[in-house]
Amino acid sequence: MVQRTPLYNEHVKLGGHVIDFAGWELPVYYTNIIDEHNTVRQSVGLFDICHMGEFFVEGKDAFTLLQKCLTRNLDGMKMNTIKYSTMLNEGGTIIDDLLFYKFNEQKYFVVVNAANIEKDFNWLKKNAAGLDVQLSNISAQTMKLDLQGPKAQATVAKISDIDFNSIKFYRFVEGKVAGCDCIVSRTGYTGEDGFEIYSNENNAPKIWNALLEAGKEFGIKPCGLGARDTLRLECAMMLYGNDIDDQHTPLEAELDKMVALEKTFIGKEPLEKQKAEGVKRKLIAFEMTDSAIARHGYEFYSGNRKIGIITSGSYCPTLKKPLGLGYIETEFSTIGSEIEVMIRGALHKAKVVEKPFYKRQR
Amino acid sequence: MTNIPKDLLYTKEHEWIRVEGDVGVVGITDYAQHALTDIVFVELPAQGKKIDQSKGLTVVESVKSVSDVYAPVAGEVVEANSSLKANPELVNHDPYGKGWIAKLKISSKDQLKTLMGPEQYEKYLQEQKH
Repeated sequence: MVQRTPLYNEHVKLGGHVIDFAGWELPVYYTNIIDEHNTVRQSVGLFDICHMGEFFVEGKDAFTLLQKCLTRNLDGMKMNTIKYSTMLNEGGTIIDDLLFYKFNEQKYFVVVNAANIEKDFNWLKKNAAGLDVQLSNISAQTMKLDLQGPKAQATVAKISDIDFNSIKFYRFVEGKVAGCDCIVSRTGYTGEDGFEIYSNENNAPKIWNALLEAGKEFGIKPCGLGARDTLRLECAMMLYGNDIDDQHTPLEAELDKMVALEKTFIGKEPLEKQKAEGVKRKLIAFEMTDSAIARHGYEFYSGNRKIGIITSGSYCPTLKKPLGLGYIETEFSTIGSEIEVMIRGALHKAKVVEKPFYKRQR
Repeated sequence: MTNIPKDLLYTKEHEWIRVEGDVGVVGITDYAQHALTDIVFVELPAQGKKIDQSKGLTVVESVKSVSDVYAPVAGEVVEANSSLKANPELVNHDPYGKGWIAKLKISSKDQLKTLMGPEQYEKYLQEQKH
């Protein structure tokens, strides 16, 4: 069954080109992808991300459960801070990547990918057996809006009395936006400054429209999933289901910094083994040297030998060139390594480059 | 409003052809460029490439997708629009003019009769919407 977010009618009113995305009817663009992408880089854009999942993890053993299930270390984590983490199965491959927000030692808020809501919730529940912890899946009644771009703060500050200067990167507060109770964090998936705003789903149209009104003077635009994808790709941020999945470990994905091997967690042993034996394939960033666009599913070659597969690939509007991510045999993964991509039966030159492709000037 | 010039012939796959003697200038229609949105790459067919009617002539790519461009009639590529290499967005801005894609030496003019005229293409587009 195809689901709609509480903003479906707004998307239709705004002329959004609505597609089916992982079982959700969401706009891929309103005007066009490049225009929306550039608006986020230069000013401010607003995304409907209500499809994503949210859980509360509460109780005496909340810390214990998450410390066991997540690859990041929760030790010494301050209140009102956020971390990005992977969650692994026993085999060490990735169940999901997520953000977790610490309210206090006994209360955490977890934000997961839309396609993984049930899988993640069941996994946490299974591992909570015997622990003093309450899990609540509030995905259906929770809205999430991403306000992203250099003018994001100036926009939201007009309709909120939150002291936004006090919210540093990867921190959050609770407060009112457009008169509605919200959780507001300085986080995002675009590489720009910005906020992720959570509230009850009934507040979604009110907050959405208030933000679009407040941002008018900055040329705010509603943005679709197309621009979300090109924006995150330029920053080499991973997309679950494309770049990471339950066939790959975080070490293969070069997420080593998100894996705290000094603590105990589910999936640790296979990672240690993989590390000792040497990681055989790595997720690299590449740019095309030939004039051609590499896409998801195309393959890397060295001569006539297949050496890997592309997981994300697109033309990237800010850098104005075709870029991508993909898994490649480790010996080809060094920066500057020259490789080829098979595109419509012909090999085209590409090279391995540093991640991210794009980094904003601060 | 979709622009459908009167002096062209059209295919169901939304290509157009302008007949100039033995040669046909080929591109994609205003409807097609609008549906594709931001075109960022046009593969230029090689000069001398021989192609049958309705076979893949080349591809155009938007940010999000790859789309085939089919030959409206059989022929041989005599020229590709090299300005699209640096400026693929010309297909969006001027699909019937500076955004032309290739010139074909037409093998058989009889095949032109299988294509749609402007009124027929307009009707076809309306039917597609329903």
